[in-house]
Amino acid sequence: MRAPLSDLPLVIDQVSLEAGAARLLDRVSLTIAPGPPTLIIGPNGAGKTSLLRLGMGLVSPSAGRVTWGGRTERAPERRAMVFQRPVMLRRSAAANVGYALAQAGVPRSSRAARGAELLERVGLADLAGRPARRLSGGEQQRLALARALARKPEILLLDEPTASLDPAASRSVEEIILMAAQSGIKIVMASHDLGQVRRLAGDVIFMLRGTVHERGTASDFLETPVTPEAAAFLRGDLVI
Amino acid sequence: MSDQLNAWQLILDGDPTLFAIVRLSLAVSLVAVALAALIGMPLGAMLALTRFHGRSVLIVLLNALMGLPPVVAGLAVYLLLSRSGPLGALGILFTPAAMVVAQTILIIPIVAAPTRQTIEDLWSEYRDELSAMGVGPGGRMMTLLWDARFSLLTAVLAGFGRAAAEVGAVMIVGGNIAGFTRTMTTTIALETSKGDLPLALGLGLILVAIVIAINAAVWGTRIWAERQVG
Amino acid sequence: MRFGVWSIALIGLLGVTLAAAPATAEDRSIVVASTTSTQDSGLFGYLLPLFKAKTGIDVKVIAQGTGQALDTARRGDADVVFVHAKSQEEKFLAEGFGVKRFDVMYNDFVLIGPKSDPAGIRGKDIETALKAIQAKAAPFVSRGDRSGTHAAELALWKLAGIDLESAKGPWYREIGQGMGAALNTASAMDAYVLSDRGTWISFRNRADLAIVVEGDKRLFNQYGVMLVNPEKHPQVKKDLGQAFVDWLISSEGQTAIAGYKIDGQQLFFPDAEKKGS
Repeated sequence: MRAPLSDLPLVIDQVSLEAGAARLLDRVSLTIAPGPPTLIIGPNGAGKTSLLRLGMGLVSPSAGRVTWGGRTERAPERRAMVFQRPVMLRRSAAANVGYALAQAGVPRSSRAARGAELLERVGLADLAGRPARRLSGGEQQRLALARALARKPEILLLDEPTASLDPAASRSVEEIILMAAQSGIKIVMASHDLGQVRRLAGDVIFMLRGTVHERGTASDFLETPVTPEAAAFLRGDLVI
Repeated sequence: MSDQLNAWQLILDGDPTLFAIVRLSLAVSLVAVALAALIGMPLGAMLALTRFHGRSVLIVLLNALMGLPPVVAGLAVYLLLSRSGPLGALGILFTPAAMVVAQTILIIPIVAAPTRQTIEDLWSEYRDELSAMGVGPGGRMMTLLWDARFSLLTAVLAGFGRAAAEVGAVMIVGGNIAGFTRTMTTTIALETSKGDLPLALGLGLILVAIVIAINAAVWGTRIWAERQVG
Repeated sequence: MRFGVWSIALIGLLGVTLAAAPATAEDRSIVVASTTSTQDSGLFGYLLPLFKAKTGIDVKVIAQGTGQALDTARRGDADVVFVHAKSQEEKFLAEGFGVKRFDVMYNDFVLIGPKSDPAGIRGKDIETALKAIQAKAAPFVSRGDRSGTHAAELALWKLAGIDLESAKGPWYREIGQGMGAALNTASAMDAYVLSDRGTWISFRNRADLAIVVEGDKRLFNQYGVMLVNPEKHPQVKKDLGQAFVDWLISSEGQTAIAGYKIDGQQLFFPDAEKKGS
């Protein structure tokens, strides 16, 4: 049995991403290394989702290179992603997690136990038998997290996971994300909520018009932003 | 079956000929629809999920074949299975097996074409999630087909309806042999040509009632299943 | 997993259906290509159980028009052919597809028409009747399907000196279907139609139709039977098929044919000579 490959560091090197005439990312370079959560912020259309999808390997760059642990093959090894609106498979919550475990290569004999453990971790143990499509928004997002964690990822990418949730649901989701971060998983998360950024971020990436406009540790960026656009954004102004 | 007897009388008397005919009709159509689903659903799914030269042409063809005239399908299968034809050695012409073959061919497009559309639509919704979970091409097809099962059921019911209703194909490849390859539809055609229109109509109503019953049963099952898994 | 179980169950069902078919074929059964008149008149329903009781052989009848039945036999899809168009049968023999032809029985054709008889031909002979129909352009339904009845109809027009190709008009309606369908159509259109007596007697949708011309010697309709030549099609069941042919022309078979009656009326008249040609 070979040693599991690592997906870190995630290196994005001079990447541009085009879709038709639109330039979604413009010569972005950055490295994601192990450490505290990295939060990605910026106005709508800045390229946060594109950056995450690129980092997950769902799209190929139009120019430049992405490598995971030095490899360019896009097959996801040790990374997982949670989308803003997760897609629930038409089966029970437990079966959804079981599916993720199966795709991650977990042998059949261990799936039930690991599945139960994951559901427990995200607080859905009582709803294991419920059809996943009938869970509430917050419950579905927690199930999506359980599916992602089933892959035992090194990196967990999340695209505004609490954007459509109420505060109580948002809090349970944030707690799970924090616990994942504390267990050593590198969190890379897009967020619209500055309060969330304050609560979770180790460092912050500010994106604007498809580029990384500013980057820094959370305390530095939030207290003393360098660029005027970052300052304007933090103030709550619309930044074009 | 005696002449000039009310069709309902035949049911009440438990006429064995009538029951044998109903049994054969259902057996042929149900087996045909099962085979067509086994072949047509993966076919439709593959067409939805792969890209290749001439894909659009194939899709247009598949959609068009939903309207394949049963009598044409019957004729083609007849020529294939005839002793003078390429598959004559099988010896299944004028038997229920030939009827199953002809009906399966007829139903495959009726199942495959809607499957393709459904799976294509579903794929655009599921694409990111499944890719993020590292699902390969084979897994994609099975997962999407299973998740779409309730929608696909309608396509299967459409296929069954077509099979149960058609007379052209089964007449040609089955030969309408008394006690052997006579189905509800061929019997109705026969009684019509013998001029016994009331009997033919009565049999027709029985056939429609059976098909409605089957549809109701399947629908009920779907409602129940949906309640289980949403 | 449930999916897997269902697939296996259904494939099993198919297997059973498929297995049942050829297995029965291996049993004692033959395929006889015959005409719609022998089927629709109910003759086979009467004769075949008698034959089966005697020999244990299952006769599977494919009822088509004479032309179609002979073509089915030419393709080797039948073991015996039993039709009523002597010239077509002799051609079949000459081509080498049949072993020997035997006369079996005859019935007659009758000209059916609306009780109102617009062409005024009731009780006349067939030649006069057809000439009148054409002259008055009275609606006439033709089978148009290369059947024995169709062949006889065409021969009668010729006999009456009428060239159908030029005389045809909207009054002459070729439907390309069997006797029952032709009678239904004539019934709906109040038209004249040539039919064999047997089908007419057992036909139930007469509406306003009745026999207008009958008894003319030229309306005589002969049936013949042939075993399909095993030299052309080796899989033909020649022993079982021959048994059927033999039975039809035997005194037992001939008596049976004479015994078939509807409403007390005999439909077919046995006339086998046993020497065949």
